[in-house]
Amino acid sequence: MIRLIDIYKSFGNNVVLNGLNLTIEKGKVTVIIGRSGGGKSVLLKHIIGLIRPDAGAIKIDGQDITGFNDRQLNRIRKKFGMLFQEAALFDSMTVGQNIAFPLVEHTTMKNSEILKIVREKLSQVGLSGIENKMPSELSGGMKKRVGLARAIALEPEIILFDEPTTGLDPIMSDIIGTLIIDIQSKLNVTCIVISHDIHGTLRIAHKIAMLHNGVIIESGTPEEIKKSSNPLLKQFIEGKAEGPMKVL
Amino acid sequence: MISYLGRFTIGIVRKMGQIFILLLQAIVWMMLPPYRFKAIIKQMEFVGVKSIFVVILTGVFTGGVLALQSHQGFKLFGAETLVGSIVALSMTRELGPVLTALMVNGRAGSAMAAELGTMRVTEQIDALYVMATNPVKYLIVPRIVAGVIMLPVLTIVSDFLGIIGGYFVGVFLLNINSGMFIANILQYLELDDIFHGLTKSIFFGLILTHIGCYKGFYTEGGAEGVGKATTEAVVISSVLILISDYILTSIMF
Repeated sequence: MIRLIDIYKSFGNNVVLNGLNLTIEKGKVTVIIGRSGGGKSVLLKHIIGLIRPDAGAIKIDGQDITGFNDRQLNRIRKKFGMLFQEAALFDSMTVGQNIAFPLVEHTTMKNSEILKIVREKLSQVGLSGIENKMPSELSGGMKKRVGLARAIALEPEIILFDEPTTGLDPIMSDIIGTLIIDIQSKLNVTCIVISHDIHGTLRIAHKIAMLHNGVIIESGTPEEIKKSSNPLLKQFIEGKAEGPMKVL
Repeated sequence: MISYLGRFTIGIVRKMGQIFILLLQAIVWMMLPPYRFKAIIKQMEFVGVKSIFVVILTGVFTGGVLALQSHQGFKLFGAETLVGSIVALSMTRELGPVLTALMVNGRAGSAMAAELGTMRVTEQIDALYVMATNPVKYLIVPRIVAGVIMLPVLTIVSDFLGIIGGYFVGVFLLNINSGMFIANILQYLELDDIFHGLTKSIFFGLILTHIGCYKGFYTEGGAEGVGKATTEAVVISSVLILISDYILTSIMF
């Protein structure tokens, strides 16, 4: 279980997280929704220790990681996999080398074993046979799927998804959504997804949390969220420019 | 005005601190296993082997032009044979290390800033952190080690070819006696001149790789930021190479 307790974070005068509290349950898909630039990615980077909060605690399986040094953080990070917004594949390496990277770094497996896992993970994301291609030869959707294959290479306990469907066509978005559901159920991992794709969110989430003005204003199951009377949440879900959430 | 000066000073001090801390981190990670020999060799090829052509050209023509220029002066009092020693001393003490460093800086230092900067803005450096791999160890250490090893090697090449360039111009174009030219070099050039030049090149290798990596590592602001980081890396490294050249020269010679 991951608990974020009273998290505050500012960049200069810009307050991004303002006393945020959130509990993420083990073995579930939790989707954090909110407007672009609202601090969702910053929140995700706090969970994996890429950003430290100004105040508050981040507890992963009971351990507060906010005071951890690099070595301790690295130990915790081995529990995680992360799919970045633009996949963040190493462009000097082939697809296969990208997926093999965490295995080469953190295991003592032989090359033949690593190659077997690379092929298995690629087939899991529906991209068999592209291990010798370079990232620059791939489409946006393929890059994200390779990024996902890399994220699951070490069979992590928790996978973070930073806007996994942004910039993809509806069909590819649906494929990525299905992959998240499949991987979560097969590996029984905890998934934390940052998104503003409402349709996809309602499909994949066990729990949805809405981030607004640096705090979680509402959280619950997709059914509860759909029925919510919170005007901010309703405006966001219905995608209306008019409402309590000021756009301009 | 005072507040502007204050902000400017704080900014400079902060950046210097950041550069120094990153260097300390790199030195600490350099000592800790695993040692990434493959990555170091790859960077040595990039910094050294791929710079060799430009270093050869710079060395040959600098030696040649030195011979031409010094000949003009020495001819006035009939001491043309001193051209050889002037070329050899200038190349080994000063021009070999400095020009090699400036050329490698333009080629490899800028490329390091651009590569790491692109990795930063496309979240590849964050991806390394997430995969529990320290990017200072993975990206910066091999580049610094390669720079520190390869700059002296390139400087030797530059020194040697500079003297060869000077020899060809002096002997074949300016009709200086070949034996006198070589004897003059052997008489005045000491091993210390070469070693001091090579010592300087080690510092230059450290400066150009570290500043290139630093500017790339802390790049902000997309493609524009990468361009800015690359330009700044070359300018700052070049200035630091020239300043440190003066300091090292005044200490060593």
